[in-house]
Amino acid sequence: MMNGMRMKSFGGLGAMLALLMVGGGALADGLTVEEIVQRTEQVAYYQGDDGKARVTMTITDGQDRVRNRRFLILRRDQDEDAGEGVAQQKYFVHIKYPADVKNTVFMVWKNPERDDDRWLYLPALDLVKRIAAGDKRTSFLGSDFCYEDISGRSINEDRHRLIATTDDYYVLDNVPKQPKQVDFSRFTMWIHRESFVPVRVEYFDAQDRKYREYEVLEVATIQGHPTVMKSRMNDLRDGGKTVLAFDRVAYDLGLPEGIFSERYLRHPPVSYLK
Amino acid sequence: MIVRCLGIALVLVCSGVWGAPPALPKGLGGLGTASPAAGNADAVDETDSALWPDLTLAGFWEGRSGIRTQDDPNQDQATLGETRLQLRLEHADERVTARLTTDFLLDAVQDQEQHGLDQTNGEGYVDLREASLAFRVSQQADIKAGRQVLTWGTGDLIFINDLFPKDWVSFLIGREVEYLKAPSTAVKLALFSDFVDLDLVYTPRFEPDRYIDGDRLSFFNPFENRPVGEDDNLHTDVPDQWWHDDEFALRLHRQLFGYQFAAYGYRGYWKSPAGFDLTNGNGIFPALSVVGASVEGPLGAGIGNLEIGYYDSRDDRDGDDPGIRNSELRVLAGYRQELARDLTLGLQYYLERMQDYGNYRDSLPPGNPSQDRNRHLVTTRLTRLVLDQNLRLSLFVFYSPSDDDGYVRPSATFSVDDHWTLEGGANWFFGDEKHTFFGQFQDNTNLYAAIRYNFAR
Repeated sequence: MMNGMRMKSFGGLGAMLALLMVGGGALADGLTVEEIVQRTEQVAYYQGDDGKARVTMTITDGQDRVRNRRFLILRRDQDEDAGEGVAQQKYFVHIKYPADVKNTVFMVWKNPERDDDRWLYLPALDLVKRIAAGDKRTSFLGSDFCYEDISGRSINEDRHRLIATTDDYYVLDNVPKQPKQVDFSRFTMWIHRESFVPVRVEYFDAQDRKYREYEVLEVATIQGHPTVMKSRMNDLRDGGKTVLAFDRVAYDLGLPEGIFSERYLRHPPVSYLK
Repeated sequence: MIVRCLGIALVLVCSGVWGAPPALPKGLGGLGTASPAAGNADAVDETDSALWPDLTLAGFWEGRSGIRTQDDPNQDQATLGETRLQLRLEHADERVTARLTTDFLLDAVQDQEQHGLDQTNGEGYVDLREASLAFRVSQQADIKAGRQVLTWGTGDLIFINDLFPKDWVSFLIGREVEYLKAPSTAVKLALFSDFVDLDLVYTPRFEPDRYIDGDRLSFFNPFENRPVGEDDNLHTDVPDQWWHDDEFALRLHRQLFGYQFAAYGYRGYWKSPAGFDLTNGNGIFPALSVVGASVEGPLGAGIGNLEIGYYDSRDDRDGDDPGIRNSELRVLAGYRQELARDLTLGLQYYLERMQDYGNYRDSLPPGNPSQDRNRHLVTTRLTRLVLDQNLRLSLFVFYSPSDDDGYVRPSATFSVDDHWTLEGGANWFFGDEKHTFFGQFQDNTNLYAAIRYNFAR
């Protein structure tokens, strides 16, 4: 079970799809497509200098069997920009539930320029294990979310096109530059114009049939940051769905960089993990 | 203006193609979408106790049994038949973590009376896995004292510089793999600096492995020059004087450019019997020192690791004492990578090279089988996750081309739900001869199955 739960890197407190990059010139409200996707990414993954949340994941399969996961996640953006305005991020994930993996810790250094560095701490063995960066479309903890949904899809992986602007949304169509690496041929995003929260994301297969759908169910403004508090991923092919519910969200806690280290894997920073 | 018009035109066109816009969620001006699956948080029985907020209790109950797939003239058919309750109590605050992990065990295969509450081999009624207190002493120091499981090094089921006790019996009969690591009663001091981190472990009384002694698993006794089992199990003289028969272990380590570099030292005893008292045939644990180093980090699409260690058998430095194992050089190189989604591969090459081989050959009693100078071992691990990662299939193979023997560990673990887990597997030993490392265990080849209920309060 320990390894069965496939602990992969993740991140974004907003927990959703990232995006982007753009070719260009189309303007909406005076914003270029590039600006829209950058602001969306900022809202989804980079709010505040650091952040914390407790996440409860409810996975329901096509036969209505339910499994639950709960973890606390800490995120810290490094001060220095590593080019392109994208800083290294460090994540610390402390698993609370289910019981067989309770107190397992997962740490990720998300590097803008190369593969992530990832570690796993198994308390029963007092073992710190380095784990290989893997396929980012792999299911995250057995849920309908994949690793990339949680950590953010890299900024240069898709071509983006603004296809509509409604009263509430910018609608973007996104086509992967390397379609063989992913399971979708394109995806559309409905981005809330005021908050830049991506409220719905729809994925289409090679036959252009929609097979996967992400929806935001609830948003709250926390310390001035619009924050997704509840969201759902539906797998339209097998009928499975996963709900992510966030609580205990806080930003700008002043997390010391030192806690993203082997020392704190072995002896977690308890006061930040409540 | 043109842009705006284009935008409107696109909306008109697209509303047909892209579907209706989603309703605004709660918090962005909408009332929210009623969702039957939403907010199942109550199902998660992870609660904060009001009485003692930093205290948690978790654990499991399991039943586990195993049988030999062939007759062993020296053993019963059953290898495992036990029920185990593990309780893990933990108090954690910012400065102190206290842990008490106790296994209560009823075993139909072993005679538990003879072990009672004895903590040396985990075969009694109680196995105290952990009773430790960890403090943050300062910005630069942590201390952890008491009974605890300790681990370091880079190998996968191969250990060079990790000289903390292993439970080989549990490993070979199909207990959960975490039981391969046995607890020590020790103090660990961890010191941190910008340049390098240092771990120092002092074990005031030698903690041997839970080695194969014939009780449950037969082995080749070189002193008797034949396989032996429960009626003729190995008697040993374990160094057991507190503060005298002690062990020191240290690790210096540092993270650099994504790579973990480490240097190690150890002074104590061979962890499993590594020789015989030639007067009475008892197994002995001769003095041992080890120095070593390792590096681990990204390599190609995966993670590579390299580890070496020199085993200085201090009571037989010339290698001419037939009753004591010679010094050895040990080398491990490993690589692991995800081959495809939910499929990972790990490969390792491991070498044990005996020092003073000529003296070993010269001193070998006539008629005893001779070891090769080099023992080569390769391992392969394949792990596949299926059924939404709820079924984990694993295959681990040890093969030694020099001994022409090996050990195959297939296993399957299924998570039925948040609490129940089913597990099954095999331990298959093969070899040309009865005296080689894995070959000696051929009659112990076994199948096992387990059911476990996990809980937390």
